[in-house]
Amino acid sequence: MRIPCPFCGDRGNEEFTVLGAAGLARPAPEADDAAWHDYVHLRDNPAGAHRELWHHVFGCRAWLVVERDTRTHAVLSVTPAKERAA
Amino acid sequence: MNAPLDPRTPADLALSRPAPAQPCRLPAGGLVDRGRGLSFTFDGRRLSGLAGDTLASALLANGIHLVGRSFKYHRPRGILSAGTEEPNALVELRSGARREPNTRATMAELFEGLEARSQNRWPSLGLDLGAVNGVFAPILAAGFYYKTFMWPPSFWEKLYEPLIRRAAGLGRAPEGADPDHYERMHAFCDVLVVGGGPAGLMAALAAGRAGARVILAEEDRELGGRLLAEAEEVDGMPGPAWVQSVEAELAAMPRVRLLRRTSAFAVLDHGVVGAVERVADHLPVPPAHLPRQRYWKIVARRIVLAAGAIERPVVFGGNDRPGVMLGGAVRAYLNRYAVRPGQSAVVFTAGDDGWRTVADLARAGASVEAVVDARSEIPAQQARLAARLGARLVAGGRITGTAGWHRIAAVEIGDDRGCTEGRGADLLAMGGGWTPAIHLSCHRGGKPRWDDALAAFLPGTTPPGMSVAGAAAGRFTTAAVLADGAREGAAAARDCGFAATEPQVPRAEDTPDARVALFHVPASRGKAFVDFQHDVTAKDVALAHREGFRSVEHVKRYTTLGMATDQGKTANVTGLAILAEIAGRSIPGTGTTVFRPPWTPVAIGTIAGHHRGKAFRPTRRTPTHAWAAANGATFVEVGPWLRAQWYARPGETEWQQSVAREVAAVRNAAGICDVSTLGKIEVTGPGAAALLDLVYANTISTLAVGRVRYGVMLREDGFVMDDGTVARIAEDRFFVTTTTANAGKVLQHMEFCHQVLRPDLDVSMISVTDAWAQVSIAGPRAREVVAGLVDPGPDLSNAALPHMAWRAVGVDGVPARLYRLSFSGELAYELGVPPDLGEAVMRRAVELGATPYGTEALAVLRIEKGHPAGGELNGQTTARDLGLGRMVSTKKDCIGRRLAERPALTDPARPVLVGLKPVDARTPLRAGAHLFMPGAEPVTANDQGYVTSACVSPTLGHPIALGLLSRGAERVGERVRVLDPVRGGDTEAEVCAPCFVDPEGVRTRG
Ligand SMILES: [Zn+2]
Repeated sequence: MRIPCPFCGDRGNEEFTVLGAAGLARPAPEADDAAWHDYVHLRDNPAGAHRELWHHVFGCRAWLVVERDTRTHAVLSVTPAKERAA
Repeated sequence: MNAPLDPRTPADLALSRPAPAQPCRLPAGGLVDRGRGLSFTFDGRRLSGLAGDTLASALLANGIHLVGRSFKYHRPRGILSAGTEEPNALVELRSGARREPNTRATMAELFEGLEARSQNRWPSLGLDLGAVNGVFAPILAAGFYYKTFMWPPSFWEKLYEPLIRRAAGLGRAPEGADPDHYERMHAFCDVLVVGGGPAGLMAALAAGRAGARVILAEEDRELGGRLLAEAEEVDGMPGPAWVQSVEAELAAMPRVRLLRRTSAFAVLDHGVVGAVERVADHLPVPPAHLPRQRYWKIVARRIVLAAGAIERPVVFGGNDRPGVMLGGAVRAYLNRYAVRPGQSAVVFTAGDDGWRTVADLARAGASVEAVVDARSEIPAQQARLAARLGARLVAGGRITGTAGWHRIAAVEIGDDRGCTEGRGADLLAMGGGWTPAIHLSCHRGGKPRWDDALAAFLPGTTPPGMSVAGAAAGRFTTAAVLADGAREGAAAARDCGFAATEPQVPRAEDTPDARVALFHVPASRGKAFVDFQHDVTAKDVALAHREGFRSVEHVKRYTTLGMATDQGKTANVTGLAILAEIAGRSIPGTGTTVFRPPWTPVAIGTIAGHHRGKAFRPTRRTPTHAWAAANGATFVEVGPWLRAQWYARPGETEWQQSVAREVAAVRNAAGICDVSTLGKIEVTGPGAAALLDLVYANTISTLAVGRVRYGVMLREDGFVMDDGTVARIAEDRFFVTTTTANAGKVLQHMEFCHQVLRPDLDVSMISVTDAWAQVSIAGPRAREVVAGLVDPGPDLSNAALPHMAWRAVGVDGVPARLYRLSFSGELAYELGVPPDLGEAVMRRAVELGATPYGTEALAVLRIEKGHPAGGELNGQTTARDLGLGRMVSTKKDCIGRRLAERPALTDPARPVLVGLKPVDARTPLRAGAHLFMPGAEPVTANDQGYVTSACVSPTLGHPIALGLLSRGAERVGERVRVLDPVRGGDTEAEVCAPCFVDPEGVRTRG
């Protein structure tokens, strides 16, 4: 598997570690239990486009949002996690 | 009188005798080197062959067809094919640690002194007692193991499995560690061509001429594919000569790499292809500095799959008898190896293809006894050939049985009117048509599609970037294959941005094969094998269907068809066709065959390459390693690190003596210990304090410059992740330490917290673990030792540098940092210096009276103080469990704070950190022992907790332990039973506070 890092170019997956779903909004401390349970424990498992957090741990050490088709493993987009919409 | 022992092995002795001539070698022709004879042994018999032979061709040159016994029925087996698809001729090569079982004789290149042995026979190949399994054949049918060996379960391990392993099974494992080495290569190219036959050569030529970076991977030792095996011309010259001319042009292209003896075995995501190059398999021993095999990880922008096609055996009774061979293989032995595999031959075909075999056999001087052609109409030209050769021609014919034991002696021929006749023959060349080798097109989930006209599966959806050319794409004339390769090679190069044109396609044979579909002869006598390697017969497939298995995937698993080491290369399509026939369905309506990596078996050692043993991961040594080694240290592996465990002194015979002395030195005078392995992270920027407030459960932003704070960090699910210290170097600069084990994880976590959760913060962080040699100097005399180590000047008094403070100092004029921190509970410092000063600091500290101590003493000191470490920070404990609950700030947000408030994590009955001391003050407690109320039945329901760390305290003079005990904080003074059923410990202990030494912390602050 190859991931095109926005900083380092096309690199092999052995340089990365994967965390899991991207785009989860961390609830406010006062949010209810259900919101926190959802954030920490519940994950979707889509068949198709899926946004995941990958860390270029043996590279530039950027956390990246990799959009990947779980059926084909095609990488659809890669953006630095830091650049997420405010 | 004893004769001296002859050191030579039986194989050596065999090799010392002259080898007989090769009776089945043709007097001329072939691509073997007649000037280079080679000696080898088979089952101890000395034989000879020629350079250019495979083991299979050399055996056939010596008239040897019987090479092994089958997996289940121990039937005599011969050589079926001449290539990678071979299911039968599996042999053991070499001996000792290099012994390699289950090697295909058709792929093993002959070398001088090669030792080969048949396998799966006992006591000998000719007389095999296991063949009695054939007598019991009715009960060894499909599903036999499942049905018979199910009950009782306890019999499986003791009785059934050893018996089955003895009776069925393949070769023996080598006798020692592999003496050879393997390596990995990463390669990048524009166009990867898999297969060096006519299609692959044209594809490589087209892409190479356009200037693309090309890798051509060919499984064989030589390029050329079928052109080496057929007697046909290309561009007006013999096929092999044309191959040589193309090879010369490719070899001269600097951007083209030719990989021979290389099997592309897996197509992975995004154009990544795994391949194995057999660098030295064809040599007795790998040359110095060369690996035995090389694992190539090739990243290709485009892949042209030109893997050719595999001929299908026909399923009829006795089709496994030695001397029954694929027609294409017979031609390969005749034309490439100049070996005549039989003197009187019968050819069984369903189309024109078999008539090439007839012609080639006749040219080589074999007598063709009969041609059995499944077609009812035979083209006139072929009928004339049969007449000219005096061969009996049976149109609409079938082979309905074979006779012979170790080799075929006669065949039974049936015609379309139901008449049968017998014919003597020592060779039966058969072929049911060719199956495109589409395997690699399926590795990423591509489904093949059935082509009715070709009666074959063709590539369906291919992985992005892959195209298929030649016979693998269903082109079956040489001219069509060459044109297809040229087209796909040029297209691939154009896809990569090169202006490629298709090379002119050379003139070649262009008559399409007229054939009928032929898979199976239902009305035949004897066992009719579909899968030769797993001994699966047509009857087994029928039985599976009768027992209700409909899905081809279920039938495969029930019968084990296609699940041997050859993955059914010669069996899958035939099996599917037979199942379709029985079920009365079409082949595509019955199912497809899909393929998964690897294409051929790959040794795990090849994939591991040099990443084994000590090279599995680099060993990390601390800056004071050499000094420690010179001063009597015993080292212990801590993750990748080697740390000094203790420093034995003359006269100390037990490690406990060394540890007790080191602990006493710290408690009574001063000790020094290298703690450089702790993770160290520098966090800088205006947002640094805010980020650390998020990462740590306690508040960091209130820490004053010049001060140090103990910090604990949680995972988002509320459990403790790690602990360490945070020193504020400047308003916007912090120096953070982590545990040795979590150094990488904590940095990654901090980067996550910053980049994903708080990208608004202006902060950066970097690991500085290797930038500092850090030593701990602890004990009542630590201050004087430190004063002697650092450059004069700084005020080290308690008032100027109190506990949990740090200051900049100099060592030999080099900037260093002195932190007042204590893990041991004594007056203690950590001194950070550049790594190259580490040894000097150790040496001088010892000169100043400090005793070096290792990780064992470090552990004893911290257990005596009740500090949680690895045993307690086990991923299942909360800050509250460890007595650190009050550190979790309720005034701010932090990772894990919210879920740490979960009812289950605040349950007062949770096990919490306690100290334990044996009631008899003698019996050692052991980590891992479980805690029960005295008198309670020791069952899980009554389990109250467990011991996490234990030692004998030299300071107190008796064993102590830390443990996690339900409601432990309320139970000080109570007794618990400490039960260790695994190692046999059972004693009572008194619960106490976790801190055994100086609970008020007077010494620390002194
Ligand atoms: Zn990167």
